[in-house]
Amino acid sequence: MKPPVVDYARANSVAEAVDLLGRYGDESKVLAGGQSLIPMLNMRFAFPTMLIDINHIKETSSVEVHEDVVVIGATVRQSGAQLSREVQSHVPLLAQALPHVGHFVTRNRGTIGGSVVHADARGEVPLVLATLGGQVVVVSASGRRTIEAADLFVTHFTTSIADDELLVETRWPAPGRSWGYAFREFSLRHGDYALGMVACSVHREGGVVQEASVALGAVADRPVVLKEVAASLVGKPLNEPAAVAAGKVVTESVNPSSDLHASDRYRRHLAGLLTKRALLAAWADSGGDLS
Amino acid sequence: MTWVGKPLKRIEDEALLRGRGRFIDDMDPVPGAYHAAVVRSLYASALITGIDTSAALASPGVLGVVTGRDVADMTKPFPAAIDTPVAYMAAAVDEVRYAGEPVAVVVARDRYLAEDAAEKVVVDYERRTPLLTPLDALESGSVASDRSFVYGDPVERLSEADLVVRHSFTFPRWTGAPMECFGVVADWSPGEEALTVWTNFQGPFTLHTVAAAALGLTRSKLRLITPEDSGGSFGVKAGVYAYVVLMGAVSRKLGVPVRWIEDRLEHLAASGASTERVTEITAGFTSSGELISLHYDNVEDVGAYVRAPEPATLYRMHGSLNGGYKVRDISARNRVVLTNRCPTGLNRGFGGPQLYFALEGTMAIAAARLGIDPAVVARRNLVEADEFPYTTPSGAIYDSGDYPACLDDVLTVSGYADRRHMQADARKEGRWVGIGIACVVEPSVSNMGYISLAATPDERAASLPKSGNTEGATIAMSPTGGVVVQISTTPQGQGHRTVASQVVADRLGLEPGDIEVVSVLDTHVNAWSIASGNYSSRFAGIGSAAIAKAATELADAIKTLAADELECSVEDVELRGGKAVVKGAPDAAVSLRRIAGRAHWNAESLPAGVSPGLRFTSFVSAPNLAAAADDDTIASSAAHGFVADVAVVEVDRDTGSVTILDYTSTHDAGTLLNPRLVEGQISGGFVHGAGVALLERLVYDEDGNLITSSFMDYLCMTATEVPPLRSSHIETPSPFTALGAKGLGEGNTMSTPVAIANAVRDALGIEKVELPLTPPRVWELLEAMP
Amino acid sequence: MDVSVTVNGYVYEEAVAPRLLLSDFLRHTLGLTGTHVGCEHGVCGACTVIVDGTSVRSCLMLAVQVDGSNVRTVEDLADGADLHPLQSAFHDNHALQCGFCTPGILMAAVDFLEESDSPTREEITEMLSGHLCRCTGYASIVESIHLVSRREGTKE
Ligand code: FES
Ligand code: FES
Repeated sequence: MKPPVVDYARANSVAEAVDLLGRYGDESKVLAGGQSLIPMLNMRFAFPTMLIDINHIKETSSVEVHEDVVVIGATVRQSGAQLSREVQSHVPLLAQALPHVGHFVTRNRGTIGGSVVHADARGEVPLVLATLGGQVVVVSASGRRTIEAADLFVTHFTTSIADDELLVETRWPAPGRSWGYAFREFSLRHGDYALGMVACSVHREGGVVQEASVALGAVADRPVVLKEVAASLVGKPLNEPAAVAAGKVVTESVNPSSDLHASDRYRRHLAGLLTKRALLAAWADSGGDLS
Repeated sequence: MTWVGKPLKRIEDEALLRGRGRFIDDMDPVPGAYHAAVVRSLYASALITGIDTSAALASPGVLGVVTGRDVADMTKPFPAAIDTPVAYMAAAVDEVRYAGEPVAVVVARDRYLAEDAAEKVVVDYERRTPLLTPLDALESGSVASDRSFVYGDPVERLSEADLVVRHSFTFPRWTGAPMECFGVVADWSPGEEALTVWTNFQGPFTLHTVAAAALGLTRSKLRLITPEDSGGSFGVKAGVYAYVVLMGAVSRKLGVPVRWIEDRLEHLAASGASTERVTEITAGFTSSGELISLHYDNVEDVGAYVRAPEPATLYRMHGSLNGGYKVRDISARNRVVLTNRCPTGLNRGFGGPQLYFALEGTMAIAAARLGIDPAVVARRNLVEADEFPYTTPSGAIYDSGDYPACLDDVLTVSGYADRRHMQADARKEGRWVGIGIACVVEPSVSNMGYISLAATPDERAASLPKSGNTEGATIAMSPTGGVVVQISTTPQGQGHRTVASQVVADRLGLEPGDIEVVSVLDTHVNAWSIASGNYSSRFAGIGSAAIAKAATELADAIKTLAADELECSVEDVELRGGKAVVKGAPDAAVSLRRIAGRAHWNAESLPAGVSPGLRFTSFVSAPNLAAAADDDTIASSAAHGFVADVAVVEVDRDTGSVTILDYTSTHDAGTLLNPRLVEGQISGGFVHGAGVALLERLVYDEDGNLITSSFMDYLCMTATEVPPLRSSHIETPSPFTALGAKGLGEGNTMSTPVAIANAVRDALGIEKVELPLTPPRVWELLEAMP
Repeated sequence: MDVSVTVNGYVYEEAVAPRLLLSDFLRHTLGLTGTHVGCEHGVCGACTVIVDGTSVRSCLMLAVQVDGSNVRTVEDLADGADLHPLQSAFHDNHALQCGFCTPGILMAAVDFLEESDSPTREEITEMLSGHLCRCTGYASIVESIHLVSRREGTKE
């Protein structure tokens, strides 16, 4: 279990990284936290010829709060985001999800940007980004562009980011008051890939749901945002029957596959169950009355 | 005893905590050794139609590539206790029989380069359909051994039974997965035609004989040296001997020392596993719950080859087919089948988890069907305290114990009666709470002869009767009175050095800190025998006895010298505080240092009966182990502890999660040598047992590839999954071990899986459960319920 | 490639292949074999060391990545004859058996206790869930870390 022969270059700025990417393109891999990439190298599942280490880029290592969005630089560590007061107060959904990402030591190294780019269908960070309708900003020699979360995740381990583009920031909408959030996942062991995962946000006004978002992970090849389910909640209080009904719809509509650890039936059941639990928790979090 | 029995802290810790342990990969015993990477079969069953090593040979830094054919030219098949239908070689030659089987070895300057080249070895395969389950193998006639045993008249007794339980139990494949993988440094000496190997092997040293035979070496030409430290084993590292042979052959072929450090993927795929056993039980009970007839139909999957010491998993518990119960009429049919999965081997509990999963499962099912509390059923059947030593139908001699007292203790400590009330209340609230009981006899100090039961009495008659269980130790006093002990019990974390220092300190009147204990086992240096090593919990029973005996011999020599010096009789001398003292006359004393000085500096003056050198090697063997008898009975182990457990679980009907609300375990392991270490062993054994109950399993796909191939998918218990454990002790010393101690590190690995399974049975009111009870699998059970 | 790195207070200048894992660099290039390797895919935690003040898996970093960094391994924990409080607690509570997992757990715990003031048992357990130990059953490890976290003046 040793990595194959590979070259290494350290980029000290976004410009340097973009330059290297331009030169090596699809032969190269950007090395961020490495918590997924290095295992793949050690197991010889990946054979890049060049690793572009972005860990020393300063420009991408901060969390900034803008008017209605929190910008998390690509190389901000998962642990850094988890402990960040800005994230805790403005993107509570991400703060709720991060403790489920790996473990204390891997979060010290793993980055928010890396989790997004890795695009694991069982990843917590992509799911939260999709739920909140966030964006990423990528840079290449030909400029800078913004990609909506909805357009970002293509399939397992694949995003719409081009080979010569570098993800520099992730953008997380930070809505105001009366929003509630909940993240729920179920895994066999703490920190494992989840068998089921739900994130949701609920905007409560006048005792009813004004707006909502519900997304599921680990049921398809990318995060699944369930617009209809969210829409069906609007205009009503999110009580137990409403949550149960939403869960039922989810169970019937998702299409996970079986694997070593769980059958498709179980995963479908779990998706519904977690949806119900997450919705009720989000409603409570928004200040909603559960009775 | 001043020190034995005390919860002493360990002398091992200081080095380990500082990162100064000496594990196999920390050592560089032969400078300049080349690094090996093993090319492994991609298929579970295939013919090898060609191997092209040219690209690998041309790869940078490569010294050579050794193929299975080359290995076969230099070695012989490994011998095993039964004639095997397929020869087991250190590497595959024409045919691969499991995915991960060694096919060739690439040797290069470092492991990175070796792995690069290993990828370039091109092997052509012609795939065949693999056999992947015990029952498939049985159906296909892939049977390596088929033996039947009858004790008493179980058929007749069954006809008298009020209740007959027939149930099929499957115990899954899993593995101890020690944190340190295998390691071998092999150095062939051309001309001398001898091989020296440094390896984290753990015994049994019967396998030294097996390895030497495969290499075609007489015993003294194979020198094995184990490092001071080994990163856990739980039985698994017995299997490293196959790589001793493989790397020995590679070193011989290429003429260089070779270093192979197994990685985790190799370890999970190819190092070994527990057997998967399908047991069909037929058990007869009276209406009051007395077990009167018991039949086991065992189908044991040992994997692709009968790899020594297999089929020992099936026979290790043979003397204990009755468990802790009085039933006298028992029969068993034991079929060993070959599949296309990794060969099996030692794994914590070794046969016990499989046996008790069936037996204790049957007891729970019977109790439920009879409507009698399982504790009452167990109590009704347990061997009584006044029956010891108790000879079981299949020949074990249960040395000592008070099984009913143990059961009573665990019922009290767990608050069993209250738990039953709580359970009833919880049920009213719609919560699914269940309580499971397990009572197991935990054998320790194996009789190496038990494996000969796999052969018929006639076949056995043709060879030497076997009952080996001997252990040795050496102790020496230096010219300045320093004491060094050499043990041959290859510890992997159990703290043998600490206990040895306690045992010796007591006998020499010293403090444990005065005693140096060396755990390196060098077969050219140490006192060892075929049974040496660390398995079947043999340290407490017999490893410690060898140390005690050697220390006593040294103490006797010191006393003789002291008596001479102090002009008193030997009987009047006692050793304490670093001195030899005349009893009752504390001023009449001489220091050990002075005595040691005399023994070394002035040998001419030594009194009769004291030989110069002050170095003693002693061997002991258990008094109660004989070779298998013609009636197929065997005293399969020297000592027998007892474990009684109560597990309380709750099943979440939404997710299928099984939560252990409480777990209590009462042990009787005879005299406890060091209670601190005892708790560590129990806690670790419990978590292993809970692991296979709840999470751990080796899973293969339909092509026979291991899909739990890394630590991402092979789910070891972690801190967040570990349930709480309470333990309690009763001590009935063994009359057959020198210090009265019995093994105890395996008991919970035997009892916990079935205690949890029984609790889940109880919670759901069902009989059929399969391990591990992961939430998705429990949920499927719930869905299938009416 | 040339790497200049401070490990346990000593500066090392070494030429290494880019693909050399930090774990192998520490163990085999520098001979600091206290850092153990149990899986090489980031799950077991045995290889955990502290790089620039933060605990990381050394099997998931390349040696070239620590060029210019400060690395701390288990060999640096004790102060001469005096064990680090965590080391002492592990000894006192029998929190190690084979000791193979121990260095990684110690290094993670050192970092963890610097970060969290008075962690609960649950928080400690959760932190520890990133480390596999096959010997102890974990309870004694949780206990040891908990004891140290409650003692004053043990933080470095
Ligand atoms: S060796 Fe690095 S996490 Fe296991
Ligand atoms: S002490 Fe052996 S793995 Fe933890």
